[in-house]
Amino acid sequence: MDRGRAVTTWPHAPGFVAGDRPRIVTSRFEHEDSYTLRRSLETGGYEGLKAALKRTPAEVHEEVRASTLLGRGGAGFPAGTKWGLTPKGTWPRYLVVNGDESEPGTYKDRLLMERDPHQLIEGCLIACWAAGLSQCFLYVRGEMALAQERIAAALNEAYAAGLVGRNILGTSFSVDVVLHWGAGAYVVGEETALIESLEGNRGMPRLKPPYFPAAIGLYGKPTIVNNVETLSNLPFIARNGSAAYTAIGTATSPGTRMVAVSGHVARPGVYEIVNGTTTFRDLIYGADFCQGIRGGRALKAFVPGGGSAPWFTADQLDLPFEASQVGPAGSMLGSGAVMVMDETTDIPAAALSLTNFYAHESCGKCTPCREGGTWLQRILSRVVAGEGTDADLDQLLEVGAMICPGAFPHASSSRLGLDAVPFPYKMTTICFVGPSAFAPVHSALTLFRDEFEAKIVKRISIPVIAASAAGGGQ
Amino acid sequence: MSRLSEDNVRLAAEIIGRYPRPKSALVPLLHLAQEQDGWVTRDAMVHIAELVGTTPAEVYGTATFYEMFRFEPVGRYLINICGTMSCQLMGAHELMERASERLGVKVGGTTPDGTFTLAHAECQAACTEAPCLQVNYRYRYRVTPEQIDQLIDDLAAGRLDGEIPPHGVLARVRQSIPPERFVGAPEPDAHATGPAWIGDAQ
Repeated sequence: MDRGRAVTTWPHAPGFVAGDRPRIVTSRFEHEDSYTLRRSLETGGYEGLKAALKRTPAEVHEEVRASTLLGRGGAGFPAGTKWGLTPKGTWPRYLVVNGDESEPGTYKDRLLMERDPHQLIEGCLIACWAAGLSQCFLYVRGEMALAQERIAAALNEAYAAGLVGRNILGTSFSVDVVLHWGAGAYVVGEETALIESLEGNRGMPRLKPPYFPAAIGLYGKPTIVNNVETLSNLPFIARNGSAAYTAIGTATSPGTRMVAVSGHVARPGVYEIVNGTTTFRDLIYGADFCQGIRGGRALKAFVPGGGSAPWFTADQLDLPFEASQVGPAGSMLGSGAVMVMDETTDIPAAALSLTNFYAHESCGKCTPCREGGTWLQRILSRVVAGEGTDADLDQLLEVGAMICPGAFPHASSSRLGLDAVPFPYKMTTICFVGPSAFAPVHSALTLFRDEFEAKIVKRISIPVIAASAAGGGQ
Repeated sequence: MSRLSEDNVRLAAEIIGRYPRPKSALVPLLHLAQEQDGWVTRDAMVHIAELVGTTPAEVYGTATFYEMFRFEPVGRYLINICGTMSCQLMGAHELMERASERLGVKVGGTTPDGTFTLAHAECQAACTEAPCLQVNYRYRYRVTPEQIDQLIDDLAAGRLDGEIPPHGVLARVRQSIPPERFVGAPEPDAHATGPAWIGDAQ
């Protein structure tokens, strides 16, 4: 299909689609052997580390701060600022790499680990140098066997070549990078849960405050938790300077970012896009992106930023993929994952697939998430199965309000017409898993209540609920 | 019912040595145990408790939190079919039905000959390649129901033995740090000053 733009895919990088765009973190993807040290070194690998080691840690830290590199794990916190949160004079400090990618819709960190592990290792080393970190743990999701093999092989090569470990590149800089295996738990992507897991415990999020593991983290010591994609950007910044990085993208979110677009599109794929300049319409309909909805059908809805994000419809297509605009519009970019639903989609069933996920992944620490997630799952399941009653829809909202108070003052508000989605939600849980179980229900019921109604066969009026709604107003 | 083999005990010691606290090695050691026996046995958990200096209850507590650990025998091939949104939209349900019918087991079940276990999985981070599945954590992308039949035939006939190891074997390449290159795990409570290379910079 010739639409005037060159688009390239490579069988060895399944899902990745390169276009006529700058590539920072995927620059080696065309090479089948991009994961080897030989190919890495031939294509500028570890040059960023060499450049960094010629400058003081403080200078490199400042360079990263000036690049305004934003965290790519979901929260979008500036990496340079995060590093600066470690208390002065406290040691040891640890770096924990979050490679536990598992947010529904998200597929990018795995690709970066499988295709360019040396870029990630180099990023870890630059972070350790700049932030004065004593040891690095690379936590890779358990289910990703290939990523673990590629990183293990890359680390073995890098240790043998004097690039990791004692006296790196002949300098006094000495730091170990230890590959750690996860074993399957979505919640471990939350940084304090990741730390608990790395300590050998059940991977449950810690109570906050303290809010930042930078102050109290692994073994109670200052700990920086960075996402794989975030760290993969560092070699470019260290090698080319922050000005070269901020020249790409926009002032509020510089550089590029990896976005996976999946679901009912003609060409689902992982794209490295220039930050801020690409709209959802470009992503879904663009010739060098997804080329529209499969079979020329109409768009019904899309999830803009991973399973936890409130949904958008065609009305929001012209928003740029930019946190500062998506946030006020009532959702988030999260981990760079767009899931597209066409007009044939059974909306309640689609919402259930996400609620199932979060209910399953609840760690059980907070009651509203543990119980509420299961309630949402059970109620929604019977609605989808055609066994629901009309009271079930209000019940879904009531349960949700116990996880996310304020999302709905009480059930009757759904009959009164809803205000703009109050996002980010207030929450009664320690972490975002609980609200995430409700987000798809909330979105689907707000946008497509008629589809839920159509599945209700039993119309019964339940006086108790009506009374509590009438009497429980705020 | 087995404790870790001598080789695995050596490997375990090496892994434990990389962490500031031995208990951090718990999950990697549980993977070792699962690799050895195909599932995590009670004896292995008791042995791991001895190796990291904690109680069997602690080991059991941690182990049972994580999806991947199995506490009873599973098939040689664990087929995990993803059912989260992108895969659900692209036909995961049909895949599961076909696999269940073809294997003659329900979701979660193991074939009587112990070759296959069929399981439902949550998002596998391959959403653009939906619907997807994993066999012993090795991916298959954009799978059609017909391909399920072929995959099961190939696995049963041993035609994928080179690519897909038996359940429990995770990464076939392990990290190995040469002792002379190893810096050493810094003791958290040593009240250390900064590493030598950081100097007075921070």
